[in-house]
Amino acid sequence: MVENRPLLTFFSHAILILGVAVVAFPLYVTFIASTHTLEEILTVPMPLLPGDHFLSNYAQVLAAGSTRGSAAPVGAMMANSLIVALCIAVGKISISILSAFAIVYFRFPFRNFFFWMIFITLMLPVEVRIIPTFKVVSDLKMLDSYVGLTLPLIASATATFLFRQFFLTIPDELAEAARIDGAGPLRFFKDVVLPLSTTNMAALFVILFIYGWNQYLWPLLITTNESMYTSVIGIKRMIVGGDSATEWNLVMATAMLALAPPALVVVLMQKWFVKGLVETEK
Amino acid sequence: MRLKTLIAVLAAGLFSANAQAQTEIQWWHSMTGALGDKLGEIASGFNASQKDYKILPVFKGTYPESMTAAIAAFRAGNAPTILQVFEVGTATMMAAKGAVKPVYQVMKDAGEPFDPSAYLPAVAGYYTNSKGEMLSFPFNSSTVLYYINKDAFRKAGLDPAKAPKTWKELIAAAEKLKSAGQACVYTTGWPSWMHIENLAAWHNIPIGTKENGIGGLDTQFTINSPLHVRHLAMLGDLAKKGLFTYAGRTNQAEAKFYSGECAMMTSSAGAQANIRRNAKFDWSVNFIPYHDDVKGAPQNSIIGGASLWVMSGKSAETYKGVAKFFAYLSKPAIQMDWHIATGYVPITMAAYEVTRKSGYYEKVPGADMAVKQLTNKPPTANSKGLRFGNFVQGREVIEEEMESVFAGKKDAKTALDDALRRGNEILRKFEAANKG
Amino acid sequence: MGKRVVFRSAWLPYALLAPQIAVTVIFFFWPAAQALYYSFQLQDAFGLHTEFIGLRNFSDLLHDPYYLESFKVTALFSALVAGSGLAIALLLAVMADRVVRGALAYKTLLIWPYGVAPVIAGVLWAFLFAPSVGIVSWVLRQTGYDWNWVIKGDQALLLVVIAAVWNQISYNFLFFLAGLQSIPKSLIEAAAIDGAGPARRFWTIVLPLLSPTLFFLLVVNIVYAFFNTFGVIDATTQGGPSQATQILVYKVYYDGVKAGDLGGSSAQSVLLMIIVIALTAVQFRFVERKVQY
Repeated sequence: MVENRPLLTFFSHAILILGVAVVAFPLYVTFIASTHTLEEILTVPMPLLPGDHFLSNYAQVLAAGSTRGSAAPVGAMMANSLIVALCIAVGKISISILSAFAIVYFRFPFRNFFFWMIFITLMLPVEVRIIPTFKVVSDLKMLDSYVGLTLPLIASATATFLFRQFFLTIPDELAEAARIDGAGPLRFFKDVVLPLSTTNMAALFVILFIYGWNQYLWPLLITTNESMYTSVIGIKRMIVGGDSATEWNLVMATAMLALAPPALVVVLMQKWFVKGLVETEK
Repeated sequence: MRLKTLIAVLAAGLFSANAQAQTEIQWWHSMTGALGDKLGEIASGFNASQKDYKILPVFKGTYPESMTAAIAAFRAGNAPTILQVFEVGTATMMAAKGAVKPVYQVMKDAGEPFDPSAYLPAVAGYYTNSKGEMLSFPFNSSTVLYYINKDAFRKAGLDPAKAPKTWKELIAAAEKLKSAGQACVYTTGWPSWMHIENLAAWHNIPIGTKENGIGGLDTQFTINSPLHVRHLAMLGDLAKKGLFTYAGRTNQAEAKFYSGECAMMTSSAGAQANIRRNAKFDWSVNFIPYHDDVKGAPQNSIIGGASLWVMSGKSAETYKGVAKFFAYLSKPAIQMDWHIATGYVPITMAAYEVTRKSGYYEKVPGADMAVKQLTNKPPTANSKGLRFGNFVQGREVIEEEMESVFAGKKDAKTALDDALRRGNEILRKFEAANKG
Repeated sequence: MGKRVVFRSAWLPYALLAPQIAVTVIFFFWPAAQALYYSFQLQDAFGLHTEFIGLRNFSDLLHDPYYLESFKVTALFSALVAGSGLAIALLLAVMADRVVRGALAYKTLLIWPYGVAPVIAGVLWAFLFAPSVGIVSWVLRQTGYDWNWVIKGDQALLLVVIAAVWNQISYNFLFFLAGLQSIPKSLIEAAAIDGAGPARRFWTIVLPLLSPTLFFLLVVNIVYAFFNTFGVIDATTQGGPSQATQILVYKVYYDGVKAGDLGGSSAQSVLLMIIVIALTAVQFRFVERKVQY
């Protein structure tokens, strides 16, 4: 901002506040709905102030899901989401950093070929190979398992490219020095590359954790056992059809629980999150 | 001497341990909430009644999800033994001759008595082949019924004890309700099941050639019959006048009824449990309306719901257990218990009789309306049921076209002609894929 | 390109690459090949009979007016989501760039929706707009507007667009803000000294300098609208009413999973793959010049 234009400044704040309000509105209504009984919500218009059933609703869903739809306890589902998110984040980072290291620091036959193989996976999001991937996982007897939920999702081109780009900025002198010291590539990796990569790894971890937690289509396909539901799936399964037949108060409580961790991660780890987002796309 | 005794004792112990090794039978189903609980109770009851077999019920998601999972499991070589499949999946299961073991075969091989005529004709007819052999075991069947809000009727000056019997009467009632200030006067659940499939059965006209598909894979739809066109046009007209409110493709209408928003509704018999629990007004359940200028109406309605299929590739011992379980399920006492708890119809005549004798229908009026409507008249070729391949897709196509009419985008004739054309394409594809 | 300093080892690079390549082959290439294979077959649900039918699945699709309609719906949906998402986010970013006080607070409050899964966004907005119980529906009814997305296709499309845009604003906002903050202040000051007002400065300096970000976001938003919005559709309209919100990726899922049509779904998958390849090629050719090899 260059000159002082109070009207424009006021206008800017107004727009921003409006934006924040519109963005926050669904969350507010969701929270309100999760603190009332079903009857209170079904009498239109529903109240816009918090009710007094916060504890009972949340206790209900955490322990035993809904009473008319899926009865899978949301607490267990959140545990599943956590496991899946962590496995995917850690898995993706691990295998991508190894692949990037191989591609950048070695000369070997077929290096180009492998590089392009990894690149092509960008063009094959799970949505375009839904049924065949499901079939492969089913044939491997990985349905309804943590392995099935996470393994197919941990090969990622973007993480590999991120690390590759970063490794290219590591000064050659470091590698040279390691070689002179007689350190093998793995020593170099462990003592030099890995420590240098921690900020990137942290940033990626935030992005990938959110990605893993919010997975929908893939878990939807391969989990049919209620004990393997993730929190994001659980919500859908509670909506049994029919406006008022769905226990909206419980659905909204579950929604709050399902969106809280990733939203909190975004807010509390904002710096890493922004860095991770910008780095993986540039 | 002692050693021999020891060995004999050990041997006896070993053998009895073997005899007690239970055969586990996996049963995949889609019953949620109270229905799922009751199903679990029944399975536990069977397990407790004998030692050789153990039924393991597993909830596998909605009907389409459970079926997809079962198909994938079959392809991977580990399908469940018993699978609950909804009625629209019947053709797919029947055509899968290598994947399923027909129930009549299971019962015969195990030497369990099994008499198809003990079942309600409308129920048995849906799941038997053209030779009269039952291919799947009916488990949860319902039909479509007509509910009215008696308090709303009173307010509009209508006699609440006289529910409309014909569509003409319904329209007259609708108009009166509207002028008395009712915002939504008529809604429906399961639009295709009610207004296309049951319309045909209730008026004794076909909706497909070859006995509605029961007679062969080369069936064609006949859903654009003059009566269908006239009926759908009527609904479209009512929608335009605000006398019919469309609520969605499944049972969304039920909530609109028991909340008091809509005064009249046609939907599944299974809605009664929720209505009883939630409605704060006086209501009644009745036969669905008919067009009184169609000869032969009202005939009987057809069922919805699901049946139990037995997958192939299991051991003979497993099939013995399945047969015993099905025999257990057929007991009138068990049937009555399931019927009362869930609102699904009692599937055998004996069960219906036992329930009637217990006085249940006096205590809970309307609980026997479904059976009465299903047995209104002996089923004809048009009202035995239907069997169309890929009917999940087929029904969605029909409902898409119906939605165009309700939204005023297409006229009834065009919509049904389009539905016919698209539906027949689906049937031909199914026929080609299952020819072998 | 490539490092000047490299290590030599006969087996180590392969070992390092092995996990990623293994997962890629088993879970990406093999299924993709199978999709291609099944797209040429006619098969019953249980896989008991298979018949090679060449390109018939494809020709059926391309002659099916409803599949072509799905293309149109997807295109319209993407245009609306990308267009409104970018416009709103740009406005918010420009405003956030201007203010000094509370900048961090605004930023925090505007980016948290990124953490919300698309399906949950769909559930939230479906609740707000539910025909009978939704609070927004109630307000609309008070003003006399007949809101019933269950029957009105246009309204259903509006609902999913709103949910998808809401979900995506944070992402766009962040990139626009980063882009705005990387514009040298000296340029802006110079223009101001020359007498250009804020509006003029925006159109002649800021927007052109922001165009790489804009273009990049455009491609990302379109890809997002094509694929990541599956959850939104599944939570709200499931493609209805009358296919008004039947986007391509939902149709693949529906035909494959609910309708059991493996051949048709595979053919659709193949066509979708072609589209993704085209979009990704565009993204990398024009936007990310970093992938030289």
